[in-house]
Amino acid sequence: MEWEVVIGLETHTQLKTNTKIFSGASIKYGAEPNTQACEVSIALPGVLPVLNKEAVHCAIKFGLAINAHIAPRSVFARKNYFYPDLPKGYQISQFELPVVGKGAVTIQVPAVGKNAAYEKVVNITRAHLEEDAGKSVHGAVDDMSGIDLNRAGTPLLEIVTEPDMRSAAEAVAYAKKLHELVQWIGICDGNMQEGSFRCDVNVSVRQKGTEKLGTRREIKNLNSFKFMQQAIEYETRWQIETLEDGGTIQQATVLFNPDTGETRSMRSKEEANDYRYFPDPDLLPLVISEADKAAVKATMPELPEAMKARFEAHYALSAYDASALTTSRELAGYFVATADAGADAKQSANWIMGALAAKLNAADIGISESPINAQQLAQLLKRISDNTISNNAAKQVFEALWNAEGDVDGIIATKGLKQESDSGAIEAIIDEVLAANPAMVEEFKAGKEKAFNALVGQAMKASKGKANPAQVNELLKKKLS
Amino acid sequence: MALSIEDIKKVAHLARIEVTDSDAAATLSKLTGILGLIEQMQAVDTSGIEPMSHSQDLNQRLREDVVTKINLRDEFQKNAPILGNGSTLPAVGDGLYLVPKVIE
Repeated sequence: MEWEVVIGLETHTQLKTNTKIFSGASIKYGAEPNTQACEVSIALPGVLPVLNKEAVHCAIKFGLAINAHIAPRSVFARKNYFYPDLPKGYQISQFELPVVGKGAVTIQVPAVGKNAAYEKVVNITRAHLEEDAGKSVHGAVDDMSGIDLNRAGTPLLEIVTEPDMRSAAEAVAYAKKLHELVQWIGICDGNMQEGSFRCDVNVSVRQKGTEKLGTRREIKNLNSFKFMQQAIEYETRWQIETLEDGGTIQQATVLFNPDTGETRSMRSKEEANDYRYFPDPDLLPLVISEADKAAVKATMPELPEAMKARFEAHYALSAYDASALTTSRELAGYFVATADAGADAKQSANWIMGALAAKLNAADIGISESPINAQQLAQLLKRISDNTISNNAAKQVFEALWNAEGDVDGIIATKGLKQESDSGAIEAIIDEVLAANPAMVEEFKAGKEKAFNALVGQAMKASKGKANPAQVNELLKKKLS
Repeated sequence: MALSIEDIKKVAHLARIEVTDSDAAATLSKLTGILGLIEQMQAVDTSGIEPMSHSQDLNQRLREDVVTKINLRDEFQKNAPILGNGSTLPAVGDGLYLVPKVIE
């Protein structure tokens, strides 16, 4: 029997504002407990929510970025449940009329094993504005739970997909793409450790070829892509095994334990999801006009899809390179600066995603902190293309640049890396090599191509690696013909 | 729509309201009356009328994203519920509001 996994995601993105969604309290991370919990955050009687303009603008930006319908009129609703970190007894959210409607995100699913990479469209059902809850702290005081309401009221945009994904790889590719996009348009700082980007993953399985969805279980609060991959794979196997053993799946919320790599049921959802939503009488309908949308659009950067197309057309990059270079605005900006400083575009792409990316990864820093700036990299690439240095020498210059040993031309001079391009000098070296290796010359003349490469190697060695390899090839060919 | 005593108890539990059996019976008859009123209203033809989400015909005003609240934690925490167990102090500690232990 062949099984198919069906996955949908709900992502809570914390919006990059200064203040809470319904009050002027700061949302700065890491403050002392409850020092940013104002009277609205702790729900004192008589307080009223007032909506933050910037949070609305963030929602509009996201809607525009995914080509979604942005509701001209949306409504805030109360989601009722009891928990100590929710002092009002309800969370202000949106239910029937969310601010952002149907849209789509195009994802690149990487190649795995013998399966080639492919592109896929994930449909977005909706995105709505809501407030975050506070935090429970256990163990600080004996036999009691501590409540920190600094986070209560932090603006969130909850982004919900259709059940469109069919593997853990697709779900992770979507989450990564969304993570890149919300940072690109500047609505979220993307910090997963601090909880700015949290994913809930709905997983169900069904027999391949059937239409009806299986019963789903929701994996809550995944804050790393690695854990997401592991959690989905474990959960999928668990559901299939349960069904094959004749069991049934109960709808439930589960947590992933990174130490064991397993998911475990937290609570059954039957009663918990009776939230008795109703429109919040403290808030009026949110109205967004065409003019509001146009004003927000004018503040937005070029979107990654558009920039990718431009990179392919203007810099003649492959779709793969263009896609990889448009994962963040910083990376794309670095590439443009390198290419526009006169370096070959394809070479720039190769070096940025090859040598530079490897160095940055190893040092665990972002491209904006790179010790080698775009101008320096461009200068290095120009010295390769004007034949001043060989590719091998360029690697040494690159290392020296990384270690801040000077500028490109200075490093080439100090390390004596300039390649020999004077044909007279190269000819002299080749004559010596030919005279010293008569056996190799005979072999070549007898038709052995390998002997030619050996002679090139000898010539390069004799020049201490400084001879221009292309010139050595050419001159050697001439001499032997 | 007919309500049962079980419905009343479920709704009361969801709202964390304690109801005795006699309260539940009285509430059942009151709520049934309200539902009857709603049924009457549902008989009105509302086609072509935009659903209302607020009694006032106004739009939400937006606030500039500027920090206006200062830290009043100490003032607020004086009003925290009393710790109990013989203590008359507000239930706070390490800057946290304290509640009976919550275990997931």
